Amino acid sequence: MKFVAVTACPTGIAHTYMAAEALEQAARDRGDELSVETQGAAGSDPLSEQDIAAADAVILAADVGVGERDRFTGKPVVEASVKQAVDSAASLLERAAAAEPMRVGSGSGGPSSDPATKVTANASAAVRLRQWLMTGVSYVIPFVAAGGLLIALSFALGGYQITEAPDVTERFDPASLTSWAALANQIGTAAFEFLVPVLAGFIAFAMAERPALVPGFVGGAAAVAVGAGFLGGLIAGLLAGGVVAGLRRIKVPSAVAGIMPVVVLPLFGSMVVGTLMFVVLGKPIAAAMTALTDWLNGLSGANAMLLGAVLGGMIAFDLGGPVNKVAYTFAVGGLTTGSETALEIMAAVMAAGMVPPLAMALAATVHARSFSAAERESSRPAWLLGASFITEGAIPFAASDPLRVIPSMILGSASAGALSMFFGATLRAPHGGLFVLPLVGDPLLYVVAILAGVVVAASVVIAAKTFVGRGATSKEQAPETEGAVAA
Amino acid sequence: MSSELITTELVDLDLPDTDRRAAIRSLADRLVNAERVTDIERFLDDVETREQQMATGMRGGIGIPHCRSAAVTAPSLAFGRSSTGIDFGSEDGPANLIFLIAAPEGGDSDHMAVLASLARRLMRGEFKRTLLDANDPAVVASYVREEVKP
Repeated sequence: MKFVAVTACPTGIAHTYMAAEALEQAARDRGDELSVETQGAAGSDPLSEQDIAAADAVILAADVGVGERDRFTGKPVVEASVKQAVDSAASLLERAAAAEPMRVGSGSGGPSSDPATKVTANASAAVRLRQWLMTGVSYVIPFVAAGGLLIALSFALGGYQITEAPDVTERFDPASLTSWAALANQIGTAAFEFLVPVLAGFIAFAMAERPALVPGFVGGAAAVAVGAGFLGGLIAGLLAGGVVAGLRRIKVPSAVAGIMPVVVLPLFGSMVVGTLMFVVLGKPIAAAMTALTDWLNGLSGANAMLLGAVLGGMIAFDLGGPVNKVAYTFAVGGLTTGSETALEIMAAVMAAGMVPPLAMALAATVHARSFSAAERESSRPAWLLGASFITEGAIPFAASDPLRVIPSMILGSASAGALSMFFGATLRAPHGGLFVLPLVGDPLLYVVAILAGVVVAASVVIAAKTFVGRGATSKEQAPETEGAVAA
Repeated sequence: MSSELITTELVDLDLPDTDRRAAIRSLADRLVNAERVTDIERFLDDVETREQQMATGMRGGIGIPHCRSAAVTAPSLAFGRSSTGIDFGSEDGPANLIFLIAAPEGGDSDHMAVLASLARRLMRGEFKRTLLDANDPAVVASYVREEVKP
């Protein structure tokens, strides 16, 4: 492969050149070609246009701003500190090599400048927070796509009751289509179990590198265990990254230093993050879920449209997290009664759940420039995931820009829920999306309700991304947690 | 005063067992005696400022305190070796090879190129091994001079 790199450090007399040397050596070892521009005190030998044009990926190892960055527009860029290049040039090249296929794969989506990992050492807190989230999201997207499409396939082949099929380890008949559908469903579900841990793990990885992977994954798994959903995963990832970054600052005797990244940091990081997630976050979430359920039960006699809007908003709030679960369980619980209201509630909840992925797919298609290349990539599977009532398809969008995406989705899902109630659409299946449309009472108006919600959510998210200061450029948009974590 | 990057007086193959600041000061004294640094306190301040931005210890037992300073008259390297090691903030342990790199504030790029080529040598295993095995300050100085020739 061919790489170009720029190195730059504050004084411009040592690390700039050490990083260049380390990268050149690592490239030689891999049998790759690499040209380096050292932006240091000795003046720089600029990269030639031919080198840049021929490069498969760009490596920026810099603690100060890199001059003339726009030369690299359209190339996959991997950013790191000069120290990272000096200490682990080989893994930096690995990252750059991995960034390459994304450009090739972007197809009609235009050139992609989004690498697998992109964290700038000297960026503002808000920019770094977004880069951390984007790193986590970029690793989650393939899980969402693979798992979600398998689940959608299982609904298409086996109907909505496929989730009730026995474990394929107990019964699997190669001649039966239902068996294959059950298999697809169970593999897809297995892939979905990774969503939150992978999100948390790679957010932590972006913040504090390899030693933070384990605390991040473990924190994410703990978030799943306490039912905290993807928002809990975001918290776990940021916590893990912050804790490990903090632990790394502690000076240790040289005898221990060698085992710090492999043993000590993962061990203590996991203990701290796991404890916080289970003990501090677990109980309040359980209590809040109980309170929300009680509150919903009290609402039963309320205005139908209002109930639909509340349930819809809850479905979109955390995309499979605790609030979403309360609303969904409330709807499914009513199905056993078979009453007309219960069937209307089920229809409203499914309509609301289909809106987020569809709306994000629509927004990323009609207004591509508001979305990163990774998000545009995930918009294609999102169409099918939304149509199949797999709300998790919107997680990549929500996790990379929660403050603008989640409120938009809540508005859209609430509209869909309210309209579905207003039209009196009914549904007796607990899931299945468009595949159970034949089971919907008043399917035409039902589709209208969903489309209306999709249009509302997509319009609001585009407006929010256009007019509410973009995270990459504005400093005041970052959530409050960021200060504590970055400190 | 020699215009070379490093001379025999700027090599200390047996740094006393001490901490980072004391080690830097002892090497800086050599730069003052060689008339390459005019104001030691100012120079040490500048080195420490750089050190605070990010520790200069690197993997493999190397510390490279450095700065550009108005107190420096010529690009210079003072080299110290410590058998027990001195903590320069690297994760994998203390540094045995300490390179105090002094650059003048407005150095021309020919002079800076010497420092650049020194920095590149620091990443080469053979350069480190030679310095770890050397017994004679004069040999060390001439070896480094030879290596950093443009």
